[in-house]
Amino acid sequence: MTGAKPMTTRHTLAATGMHLAYGTREVVSNLDIAIPPGKLTVIVGANACGKSTMLRGLARLLAPTHGTVLLDGKSIHAMSTREVATILGVLPQSPTAPESIVVADLVGRGRYPHQGWFRRWTAEDDAAVAEALAATDTLELADRPVDELSGGQRQRVWIAMALAQKTDLLLLDEPTTFLDINHQVEVLDLLTDLVRGGRTVVVVLHDLNLACRYADHIVAMKAGRLVAEGRPVEVVTEELVRDVFSMDSRVVVDPISQTPMIVPIGRHHAQARENA
Amino acid sequence: MTTLVEASGISAIRQSLAARRRRVTTLLVVALLAAIAASLYLGDYPVAPDAIVRSLLSPLTGEVNRGVDFIVLNVRLPRTTLAILTGVAFGLSGAIFQTLLRNPLASPDIIGISHGASAAAVICMLVFGITGVGVSLGALAGAMLTAFAIYALAWRGGVTPYRVVLVGIAIAAIMGAIISYLFTRARLQEAQEALAWLVGSLNAANLNDILPLAGALVLLIPATVYLVRSLDVLQLGDDAATALGNRVEPTKLALIVVAVAHAAFATAAAGPVGFVAFVAGPIARALLAGAGGGFLQSALVGAIVMLGSDMVAQHALPATQLPVGVVTGIFGAGFLLWFLAAANRQGRGG
Repeated sequence: MTGAKPMTTRHTLAATGMHLAYGTREVVSNLDIAIPPGKLTVIVGANACGKSTMLRGLARLLAPTHGTVLLDGKSIHAMSTREVATILGVLPQSPTAPESIVVADLVGRGRYPHQGWFRRWTAEDDAAVAEALAATDTLELADRPVDELSGGQRQRVWIAMALAQKTDLLLLDEPTTFLDINHQVEVLDLLTDLVRGGRTVVVVLHDLNLACRYADHIVAMKAGRLVAEGRPVEVVTEELVRDVFSMDSRVVVDPISQTPMIVPIGRHHAQARENA
Repeated sequence: MTTLVEASGISAIRQSLAARRRRVTTLLVVALLAAIAASLYLGDYPVAPDAIVRSLLSPLTGEVNRGVDFIVLNVRLPRTTLAILTGVAFGLSGAIFQTLLRNPLASPDIIGISHGASAAAVICMLVFGITGVGVSLGALAGAMLTAFAIYALAWRGGVTPYRVVLVGIAIAAIMGAIISYLFTRARLQEAQEALAWLVGSLNAANLNDILPLAGALVLLIPATVYLVRSLDVLQLGDDAATALGNRVEPTKLALIVVAVAHAAFATAAAGPVGFVAFVAGPIARALLAGAGGGFLQSALVGAIVMLGSDMVAQHALPATQLPVGVVTGIFGAGFLLWFLAAANRQGRGG
């Protein structure tokens, strides 16, 4: 049901020579990236490595100081933001819910780019909201105020809002923050469903093991630059983890998914490793 | 198919929210009509209700009753009209600012707009000796210039709510200091007149106050109706609004211009009547309890608060007419205390 929609054309998203800065502080330097269409791309890296900033750049939330972001080969900043919003959906890191707003109303705001002065709310919008709520398992919360939800429920409602936008490309900045492990897995399963339905999804994640398991394409960042990208099984190694996170680890095979699984070592267990 | 059932569930929720909005709007319209009737009826000179109605209809019927017509059409009706128009303008201004800046304290009478209008008006009166319409024009220019200064000082590749509120409070303090300084140099008679303007009053309401404000509202209300739809997404934060296809900075600027214009024209007409802009939005939102909307209702609450406060100002003390700003000040301060207490109880306060 989720996103099982036929694709006629696949939209593409890429950046060339992208520099991103907050004021004079450059966070991302000369970055080239092409998001593989129809795949789940996961961006990983240590705190403050610029991964969220890169996502904001790709999502046209932050204009590059140099370089270009290309949506379907055209400069994203030259397109009307409304037009972009029908192709590219974004869940930013910390959106704010208006006081005492009801879930169905908040998720309905995802329909904004599909409405205009003359085209108001329709049955299609109701269906999109219902589908987004069902996909995120929040349908039974539809008439509840967002204020009263738990952190995990709230996060799923925000994801539902981004889904209600019904875009072929979806960018999410740490959508599993605040979620229990079961809900983290549910969210990533949901994103996988979307990708299988033909969409392109880019997500910033903290959890390396979940990233390795779910990513079709993993992008590792350090100090504002790309360090490695490719299939997790090809690029995730003990050397990469040491380089990106300054941490020793063992990379073993995930018994469930046969993807790389990172086992951190840490100072107190370094001895045990040597003895092993 | 389950999705159809679910979609009809969503539709039902939206309809119940719309029904609640309609109930609140109806309640407020009835309350406003009652306040209008009371404000036309109450007064030292007793006029029977049927005589009031006949007098109101006299431009159509041609019926003349000089004494009653003077009281109803020349004294009470202008005052009632001005109260409604200023209430609507202050209510909309406050609701737009509070929603845009996502802060219930961010109304024009807190973040310096009213203070800028006041400082300009006091400069007109005490430095240049201007009176009448000139003071209103000065207030209008003062509000606009102050808003521009706040916006420019808060700008850093975009304006964040937090910076606007902080810069606004600082500007309010500076304007307050300018006003105080001018008072220390003023003659007593002039100072009294300036002080009366500063409190805000409908005591001398006439067409010269009403027409400019009414003309402004003819333009501002359609602009408000057009722009507030963007607030549905701007409320979610700048990133979320951009993601949903809103051109955030131009829209914010347009909303600020409209909200400032509402406050500026209302202040020019009646003086910086305090706290009406501040209380209208929160009262409307409390009545709506999450049913969405809020701008039409804030305008109605503004009009009711203004009209109700003015009736209290006129009739509470025998033989004394208080300026309406005294009553809204007391009411607004009480409301602020209640609001803070309620926010603390719910754990939302600081």
